[in-house]
Amino acid sequence: MEHVELFFKSIFIDNMVFATFLGMCSYLAVSKKVSTAVGLGAAVIFVLAITVPLNWLLDQYILQPGALSWLGAEYASYDLSFLSFIMFIATIATMVQLVEIIVEKFSPSLYNSLGIFLPLIAVNCAILGGSLFMQSREIATLGLALNYGVGSGIGWFLAILAIAAIREKIRYSNVPAPLRGLGITFIITGLMAIGFMSFGGMLTGGDDEGKTEDKSAAIERIQEDVEQQETKPESDLELAENINK
Amino acid sequence: MAKDSRLILDPLTDNNPITIQVLGICSALAITAELEASIVMSISVLFVMGVGNVVISLMRNIIPSKIRIIAQLIVVATLVIIVDLVLKAFAYELSKTLSVFVGLIITNCIIMGRFEAFALGNGPYRSFLDGIGNALGYGIILIIVGFFRELLGSGTLLGIPVLGDPIEKTGLYALGYENNGFMLLSPMALIVVGIIIWVQRTRNKALIED
Repeated sequence: MEHVELFFKSIFIDNMVFATFLGMCSYLAVSKKVSTAVGLGAAVIFVLAITVPLNWLLDQYILQPGALSWLGAEYASYDLSFLSFIMFIATIATMVQLVEIIVEKFSPSLYNSLGIFLPLIAVNCAILGGSLFMQSREIATLGLALNYGVGSGIGWFLAILAIAAIREKIRYSNVPAPLRGLGITFIITGLMAIGFMSFGGMLTGGDDEGKTEDKSAAIERIQEDVEQQETKPESDLELAENINK
Repeated sequence: MAKDSRLILDPLTDNNPITIQVLGICSALAITAELEASIVMSISVLFVMGVGNVVISLMRNIIPSKIRIIAQLIVVATLVIIVDLVLKAFAYELSKTLSVFVGLIITNCIIMGRFEAFALGNGPYRSFLDGIGNALGYGIILIIVGFFRELLGSGTLLGIPVLGDPIEKTGLYALGYENNGFMLLSPMALIVVGIIIWVQRTRNKALIED
């Protein structure tokens, strides 16, 4: 259940593009045609799926405060978390280089169609953002980290696919001249982001337990109040009796 | 000399990194709900770009071209770590607001773009000017967006209420003005930038895309 929840959350609610604006540069630059958008989106899913779990391992066993304790007790007090930017970006750059070599070897046609965009993934903020959010949200296990990587990759893929499809159609509509191209794309993205915000209501179902607890607590409180009010007249009577005495 | 001043002035309007070159948008939009965060982010980028461009320009003849991306990333990452640690030490609350976006300066495409396009081919002094110019162009958009979002969204500027008190109904609020809470939500940043682009291209027809 935890996995399903995280998966949907990373695709829709915390969507990389619409909720946190990550990977906007390539999102805007490569979304003119659906075919290139699909290629880049697939590459982003792939790279995120590799780098997030890898960086999770790095974070867990090298970078976190006390993570080095597997080396021996004297290393337990080390805190290398200030190095995480460099370590993460080095992993990402290496992985992108590897992906590039592999794609070139096994599918030259895909390699040619992606062209310059493949190395640019290294500086796509969505990739580094995935790892940094993985760190700041304290994702607990390797499986969840993989899940988060794939999920946010799919979210990014969906976003770029949708905007590319809209941009292909919008060429035929009569947009005011100064707004054409970049301007209207920004505004459409804003409107899509408003739409995606409505997914935020999807996961409140998980809080049911807490809500019923709150309700029962409130009922108890009311009952206590009622009891106090019921006892009040008695105490008043007692007071009166005391005064009489 | 005129050429050098263009290095700073061009990126401010007609060659703005955000609205014309479409670079560095990722970090630009997410933190602009408050003016203060926008200003701090602009200063951070100004520092990283100014120093980074000089460093890359000094090393341009000794970096092998095949591994230049990794070399550039290491330089940027080092500078960003400095910024991050300084923010954590002197403005802890603010560094919490900026959260991962300080780290994301590393992947800010403006920085890589200027390294690739300028610092690798020019001397340190001109690279420094170019870095400062582009960072200022980025900062201007951030500050404009932050200004409008904070003013219209919560009626404050830098945390100081300027439109009156919404609870006691003074100032503009006495006339029936309401804060537009929608401006604080992330999608509005995109729409505000869209409007800035609209205004800019209406004023300068040469920038209109077909």
